[in-house]
Parts: sequence; structure tokens; C-alpha cells
Amino acid sequence: MTELIERAAAPGTEGETVELSMQQAINRALRVLLDEDPEVLVFGEDVGALGGVFRVTDGLQKEFGEQRVFDTPLAESAIMGMAVGLAMNGWRPVPELQFDGFAYPAIDQIVNQVARMNYRTRGAAPMPITLRLPSFGGIQAPEHHGESLEALFAHTPGLKVAAPSDPAEAYSLLLQSVRSDDPVVYMEPKARYWDRRPVRLSEPTDPIGTSRIVRPGRHATLVAWGAMVHKCVQVAELAAEDGVELEVLDLRWLKPIDAAGLAASVSRTKRAVVVHEAPLTAGLGAEVATLITDGCFRDLAAPVQRVTGFDVPYPAGPLESQYLPTIDRVLLAVQRTLEY
Amino acid sequence: MPPRESTGQATITVEHLSPELTRGLYRDMRTARDLDTEAIALQRQGVFPAYVSVRGQEAAQVGGAAALDPTRDFVFPTYREMAAALAYGVEMVGYMATHRALWHGGLYDVMDSRFGAVNAVVGGPVPHAVGWAVGERLRGGQGVAMAYFGDGASSEGDVHEAMNFAGVFTAPVIFFCQNNQWALSVPNHRQVAGGSIAARAQGYGIEGVLVDGNDVGAVHTATAEAVRRAREGGGPTVIEALTYRVEPHSTSDDPGRYRNEAEADRWRERDPLTLLRAAMIEAGHADEDHLDRIDAESAKRAEEIRDGVAEAAEPHGSELFTHVFRETTEDLTRQHRTWQEEVEL
Repeated sequence: MTELIERAAAPGTEGETVELSMQQAINRALRVLLDEDPEVLVFGEDVGALGGVFRVTDGLQKEFGEQRVFDTPLAESAIMGMAVGLAMNGWRPVPELQFDGFAYPAIDQIVNQVARMNYRTRGAAPMPITLRLPSFGGIQAPEHHGESLEALFAHTPGLKVAAPSDPAEAYSLLLQSVRSDDPVVYMEPKARYWDRRPVRLSEPTDPIGTSRIVRPGRHATLVAWGAMVHKCVQVAELAAEDGVELEVLDLRWLKPIDAAGLAASVSRTKRAVVVHEAPLTAGLGAEVATLITDGCFRDLAAPVQRVTGFDVPYPAGPLESQYLPTIDRVLLAVQRTLEY
Repeated sequence: MPPRESTGQATITVEHLSPELTRGLYRDMRTARDLDTEAIALQRQGVFPAYVSVRGQEAAQVGGAAALDPTRDFVFPTYREMAAALAYGVEMVGYMATHRALWHGGLYDVMDSRFGAVNAVVGGPVPHAVGWAVGERLRGGQGVAMAYFGDGASSEGDVHEAMNFAGVFTAPVIFFCQNNQWALSVPNHRQVAGGSIAARAQGYGIEGVLVDGNDVGAVHTATAEAVRRAREGGGPTVIEALTYRVEPHSTSDDPGRYRNEAEADRWRERDPLTLLRAAMIEAGHADEDHLDRIDAESAKRAEEIRDGVAEAAEPHGSELFTHVFRETTEDLTRQHRTWQEEVEL
């Protein structure tokens, strides 16, 4: 893995289109945010001198100083609790929790405090906090380093949830998340950190809560977020060889979910497959399936299919590729919906 | 050394404080006592669904809060801080609204009051105080954060994490533990390993002070010293104010199932208001007539707060949706509309 971790400090100036990895794109967005708003603070475990375990915060401490970018002791609950207090003192905190599974020790602060403080105080104490959370699997990491917590966060009133799928999306969604006065859980698909793509360094144009069509198609819609978007594009490319044109919809905002965008796509294609890494039962795929069914029931030619992880704890290295939705499993689901 | 057990008798001194200060402390403690009595009555009358009494803890709360500066400090309470809120100048009808269950966090403005929302997660607000304090240092302010918690909350991981963070960041924060010796039904010896919360401070490299929580002068002096240290950049302090919860945990509790009420009775006799009144007369800070006048004024104010909260309007149902987000979502707007249609049926 180490050889893949490159320094994230990236080239390019505002308005330019440059090729960046996702970690560089996030780094770039953090620099923009730290630069434009003196109230933005970046903190967490190892985000300072090291630049984060994924080097996403590389160089930020050097550029913006130890007051704006700083390491904390190793305690996730206090990191999020600290974010609440900083927000109440007028700051705009951007904490990082090092890995998805380590958000669990901070769930009390996230759910009972961050998500509710604006409500509890009737709007007196807003929580403009963006929790950066390296998420999802695919890098053969140790236990608790490959979890998908989106259903938990999306189920929590008061939180918004974003999950970018590529460097350009990562750049835009982070700018929107941090500038938002609502708390956002920003889930970074760590399997895609090193994926390089052209990124236009410009202001986001699509509003919060909108999805996007990554690849148009007419026979079925694949709905995904995070790293599964790339997998679905691969599936669509393969299917195209057999004349099946799959539309790939990147949900990207998991709360609020773009119900209208889902319905618009599926009412055209008449079939939908939702793909996520998280376990099946009570996963976000069920919510998506319901929104599609509600939004375009009369247009549906088949029940919405779900391709997900299994209802098992996230497995170790060799079993990871068998747990995660594979191209074959998505293709089989496509076949099921086409043959229904 | 502050006593862990009450013999029913004690004296305190307030000679080291100014007469003006002790009169103010007495007034706030008296008002809190009367308001507490009114609140229990409101619960009995069915106006409050439940109430958590602060009786016996007035010195610990008022003595500490009165040492703060409400124009620049910030208080992070849990849910048994009525006397602290009163002494700090919080709008009390709005504060008591939480006990009428009008709004969980209370109806006072937490940012104007510089007194955080009522919080039922004991220990949960303690790291907030540290974050606020770190933020205060970052902006070059002189404010101090005050975190209230109890002996029960001292077992929570958040309290440990917060103290460690505060030590590492040299944050201007005071960890004020009201050790009332009962975490609902569990006594100190089943709750606090090592027997002292103040002693834990040493492990974090920060100051720890044990103080008689029924001696308002001692509490005030200890807190003022901690405030001074924090303002000057000397970092955090743990204050453990040893007191006693003479009332049940809440109006839903039944202490007869777990403790000997004779013990509580001896603590009722070691009442912080009685101690203060005697000490003020001894120090020549006020005579009986003066104190009787304060009693009458306090009773009147408590009644006004009582009437205010009993008569306060219930929140409108649409407030279910109003404050979930700063920028609401289409989803929630749809749910709001559905609710509207349902209530209009």
C-alpha cells in the first residue's frame, strides 16, 4: 500500500483542469477551504506532520500552521465532542476519524450531540461540522478498516451524508459539505484514493442532494455511490459489448437522497439494480428501492434488484473480494431484471 | 478535608468574602431552593412530568457559577444544574421549560446565555467544554469553559477523554464535579474507584481540588482560583465538590429501596443555606432582618418563575421540523406537508 501513497500536494490553479488522484483532490479542496475561511479547522489523529494515514492532509499544517491543522490524542469520541465545542465557539470544524470502523466509538457524540445540537437549541447553536471519514472496503486492510456506515448516518435525523466516487466529485462535494451550516458525514471511498482523473478546479454547480448520471443507458439503471460507481461503470462497459445499455447513476448524496433523479432515470430504463458494499438487511439499498418504487411504480418492468455485501462482519483480505459486490454478481442481477 | 459523612452539624466561614458577594450567593441559593420546592409541587400537580431536585447542592452550584464571568465564559451543564443556571443569569422560565418537557434543551437562548443546552447524556457535554476552550485559546480570547458533571458521569469514557485532551491542549476549562454521592441508586464506593475524582487530575498533569460542596465560600474560592489559572494560561482544573443528594434522583425514584434515609436526614441538617446564613451573621455580613428580606424577595421571584413556566405556551407542532437542518431538505419538507395535512384533517 505504501508505494501507492503519494504526496498529495497537487498542481493547478483555480479554474484549471488538472489530473488529480482523489486524495489530491480532497487535499486541494481542504486548501481552498482553509484559505477562504479563517474559521475552518482541520484536526484528528495524525493529520498534522504525517499528513494523515492516507496523506490527504499532506502539507496543510505546514501551509496553514499548527493552529488551523492539528493532531489530537487518539480518542474518537473526544474528537467529535471537541468539534461540537469548537462550533459553539464560532469555528467551522473539519475533523477526520481515521477509519470508518473507528467512528463507532464516536457514535454517541455524532448521533446524540452533533446531529441534534441545532435542534436542541432551536437553531441557536448550529453545527457546521464536516466529518471526513475514510470509508468502505477494498484495500485488504485490518478489521474495522472497511466498514460502510452510510445507513446508520442517513438514518440519523440532523445529519447529511455525502459519498464521492471520483476526484472531481470529491473536490466539489467537500467544498459543499464544509460550506454547509449543517453537519455532514463525508465518506471517502479509500479504494479510490489513488484513482487519477481530470478535475476542474471550479465552484460546485449542482446543489446538495442531487445525483448525477455517470453513463447514460436505456435498458436498466445501476444505482451506486463511492467505489461501487466505478464497478458499475465497468459492468456497463462489459454489458455494452452484448448490446445491453446500462445507465449508471451516482447517488453521491446519501442524505438527502435524490428521489426525483432516481425516478427520472428508472422511469426511462424501467429497471433498476442498487449496488452497495454494506450488508443487505436494512441497508441503504432498501431505501433506494422504495424511493424508486414510490417514484415510478407504473413504469417498472421488474422489482428493484439489490447487489450488496452479505449480512456478515466485514471479512479479512482473501475473502474481501468475495464479500464485495463483484462484476459477475452485478451482471447476474442485471440479467435477472432484464429477464423478469 | 471535606466530610464524606454528615454528623448533622457544621459551621462554615465567609469572612474571606465580601459582604456584597455573600448576600448575592445567599439570594441565589435561597431562590434556587424555593424554585426547587415549587418545581416539586408542579410535578405533584401534574404540570411537570418529572423533576430532578438540586436540593442540598445549591452551594456547589451557586458558589461555582458565581465565580464565572457570564460575559465571556461558557457553561456546559447536564440536567441537574438549575441553581448554577440561576446564579449565572440564565432566563429561568426558559430553563425550567425543560422540566415541563416543552423542549428538551430548554427554551433559553444558549448562545446569548453562554450556558449550553440541558443535556441528558451525562459526560457528553464535557468534551464540548474542552473544544470550546481550545477554540477560545485559538481566537486569543480570555474566556473559560465550565463543564458540570456528577460522580456517576465520572465513570464515562468521555470524561476521561476530555480531561486528557484538556491536559494535552492546556485548555482553559474547569471540570466541576458535583459529587452528591449517589448516581441514582449507586453509592460512591460502587462507582468511583480510588474514591476520589479530584485525585484523578494528577494523572492528567492538571490541578485537582477537593472542596466541601456545602460550603459556598470554599466552593467560590476554589472556582475563582481555577478561573484565574485558566485565564492566565495555566490550563485546566478538576474541582470535586463533595455534597449530597438529599432528595430522590428524580420524582420517579424511590430511595427507600437502596439507602438509609437517616443518612440523608443528617445531610439535610448540614444544609448549605443554614450554614451560609449562620456564617453571614457571624461575619457581620447581614443581620436576620436583612436575610428575611432576601428570603421574601427570593420566594417572590421563585413564584414568578413558577407561574411563568406553568403558563408558557406549548411549542407549535410545526417546530418538529423547523430546526432539524439549517437548510432543510425536500424530504423533510414533504414530511412536514404530510404532517400538516394530517393535523388539518
